[in-house]
Amino acid sequence: MDKKRQIEIWVGVFMAIGFAALFLLAMQISNLGTAYSGDTFRVVARFDNIGGLKVKAPVTIAGVEVGRVQAIRYDPDDFRAVVEMGIQAQYLGKIPDDSFAKILTAGLLGEQYVGIDPGGSEDALKDGSEIALTQSALVLEEVVGQFIFGKGQEGAGK
Amino acid sequence: MLNLFASLGAWGMASLTRLGRAHLLLFPLVRGLLDILRRPRLLVDQLFSVGVLTILIIAVAGLFVGMVLGLQGYNVLSRFGGETALGFMVAASLVRELGPVLTALLFAGRAGSALTAEIGLMKATEQLSGLEMMAVNPEHRVLAPRFFAGLISVPLLAAIFSCLGVLGGWMVGGGLLGVDQAAFWNGMQEGIDFHDDVINGVIKSVVFGFVCTWIAVFQGYDCVPTSEGVSRATTRTVVHSSLAVLGLDFVLTALMFG
Repeated sequence: MDKKRQIEIWVGVFMAIGFAALFLLAMQISNLGTAYSGDTFRVVARFDNIGGLKVKAPVTIAGVEVGRVQAIRYDPDDFRAVVEMGIQAQYLGKIPDDSFAKILTAGLLGEQYVGIDPGGSEDALKDGSEIALTQSALVLEEVVGQFIFGKGQEGAGK
Repeated sequence: MLNLFASLGAWGMASLTRLGRAHLLLFPLVRGLLDILRRPRLLVDQLFSVGVLTILIIAVAGLFVGMVLGLQGYNVLSRFGGETALGFMVAASLVRELGPVLTALLFAGRAGSALTAEIGLMKATEQLSGLEMMAVNPEHRVLAPRFFAGLISVPLLAAIFSCLGVLGGWMVGGGLLGVDQAAFWNGMQEGIDFHDDVINGVIKSVVFGFVCTWIAVFQGYDCVPTSEGVSRATTRTVVHSSLAVLGLDFVLTALMFG
């Protein structure tokens, strides 16, 4: 094999390894490989307080991820946060429309996500429908405040 | 006193004209793309000496940097019971910062200095003038293929560095220290965003590749054609490239993640 050909082969190997590394970075190390990119349908829920919920946070049923939060905005008319969720199309027509949406925290200090508890209704959520029953995020300061306030009330009652 | 000002002024003007020559060199470098399209062999040969021969140092450095990150990260994170964030920590520091920056520094030392010395010696032995005598433009024929080879190589080398770094971190964290495998990889994939982290890291390494090879090629072409001049130019290449990479990294980080 002549020298020219060897150099060509080595450069080809180098380019292949380099692009393979880029591909690995994209698919294995970043969230591109895990992100669900297929068809979704849109479901809206209104919360009094979303705590630290962020766009792209997972939406789960029974702990299994079924979608992602797509947008969060504030509605100045009823002073609540509007959370738009994209649910995978395979669950269209399979989530009861009286389901209950809660904002939960993964672990003590983990990320916040939306958990959906399925209800018992015959009708299912459709594209663009709204989940009426919601529970806000647990804000630590408010819980502590309530606890202290409750203790104070107890003391005053005696 | 006047002499002091005169020498300061002379130094300032010399620096400014050198900066101007460096920027003017960019036009023939880009124009050299036509020559490369006509003779791809020129680029392939340079990709070999600039890219392929740098793989080994990049691979070994990446593996060890990743292993050290795994060890040190584990020591800090285990204090807070956060070992599961090890994968995210290792991958984030590699993809965002260490991959592009260390690759560029190693590249400047391994390939940039060689480019400067090679071009400088060509100038000192009047090979470049010889090319001009034969009506071949040395800027298109000699400098441009080296410049584009560096521009292509650095992003690929940085990707190899980051991948092997993650592998090293996983070997130490998952293998030696017993961090949960699933938590390691899931934490990494949850935390690293393709656009924000990976693409920005690639943009960084393209910029660093551009700056490093540009400095190397210019210093070689602009050197004083003596043995001392070539040695000085080679030193300047490494020093200027390293400083430019570190300074630009701050600017780019502030723009991208600030």
